[in-house]
Amino acid sequence: MLPTPSTSHVSFNNVYEPAEDSFLLLDTLSSSTESNFLRTRFSNSHTGQNESTEHNLGAPLILEVGTGSGVVLAFATANAIAIFGRSDLLTLGTDINSFACQASTKTVQTAITEPLAHLGHGKFLDIVNADLTTPIRSGSVDVLIFNPPYVPTSELPDLTLHDTFNTISLETSSTTFEQDSHLLALSYAGGVDGMEITNRLLEQLRGILHPERGVAYILLCAQNKPNEVKERIKNWGQPWAVETVGYSGKKGGWERLQILRIWSACSIR
Amino acid sequence: MKILTLNFLTCARKACKATNAAFPLHPRDAELEIVETDLNPLFIRNILPRIEWDALREICVELGLPTLPDAAPEPAALFAEPIVPADTMQDADEGAEKQPTQLLQDLHRLLLETTIATGKLVCGNCGHEYAVKEGIANFLLPSHLV
Ligand SMILES: [Zn+2]
Repeated sequence: MLPTPSTSHVSFNNVYEPAEDSFLLLDTLSSSTESNFLRTRFSNSHTGQNESTEHNLGAPLILEVGTGSGVVLAFATANAIAIFGRSDLLTLGTDINSFACQASTKTVQTAITEPLAHLGHGKFLDIVNADLTTPIRSGSVDVLIFNPPYVPTSELPDLTLHDTFNTISLETSSTTFEQDSHLLALSYAGGVDGMEITNRLLEQLRGILHPERGVAYILLCAQNKPNEVKERIKNWGQPWAVETVGYSGKKGGWERLQILRIWSACSIR
Repeated sequence: MKILTLNFLTCARKACKATNAAFPLHPRDAELEIVETDLNPLFIRNILPRIEWDALREICVELGLPTLPDAAPEPAALFAEPIVPADTMQDADEGAEKQPTQLLQDLHRLLLETTIATGKLVCGNCGHEYAVKEGIANFLLPSHLV
């Protein structure tokens, strides 16, 4: 078992606390089937020092959308060798909540300075405060990870209030209850079928992923109607493929979770 | 935020993303900070194929940093051959460590150690300014621009 990154510095008043869904992502990414898949896909045997540059596809970029506490991105960064078979990878995160951006930056930095991580960790770039993948350059992402706000809700948080809620007011020097509720709602509220945010991400996905190397891990709960989601992705056609690669939770319970792997099945070389 | 991060970012507006002018974003009023990190020569070499070199050159000019070469360096320019006695030549590839050149060290400093602490990132297409505060860039758009 690879160690779970520490999030003891994070205030869970306004940042999503690691839970069963987060841990399912950690377990899935580090499972033997997924690390075999990722190691094969991103094998760096071709990057030996003496090989010519034509075969050097460069360091892979890992993007986590909605990092929250940062536990998943920290795990992927700190265990780069164990999961991806290489340490020359770049990790980047986005979150709509500026407090989550600060918290996850610290979580990743702490995880990669742990004594045990020093040999096999990747290179952490930054967390940017953004809506899903909107500022990410097209076609640049090799691995995308998304633990979405998946809980079905009657409405989504009011984004017209987001600007004021996204910073600490100068008068109070701390966050208000109303503000914290808004920020936490962004981490779980998924609207109709719990799919409104995930659907927006799915719309962006093919533009953001590298057309040949791209792979995404997206978590769904039973109420998201995962089979319908998978059917829709199957209709994307070549080269896109989809498969469930991780499960957790009690059968029939509404929080039964699964992780989809969506990937380009192009031949890479 | 690291200079290397700019290699993966564009304007967040949908109308801009398809245009060439939205990349790279242009740093303005940037306060730079050096955050030292261990040099990993192979890492720098493997980042190079990912870099949009012309964009990186442009960013360096805008930040007033030393000018980069016109074209991305060949991997050979990153490592100096070690000095080995003639009779051990056949082992040179595996045995002796190649030494990082000044160019490689400069790239490490630029890409991984040079950070924007505060400032703005400006879209070359729509002119929208994204603020960077405490090293974190804010790409959230006011609702009328989404
Ligand atoms: Zn723009």
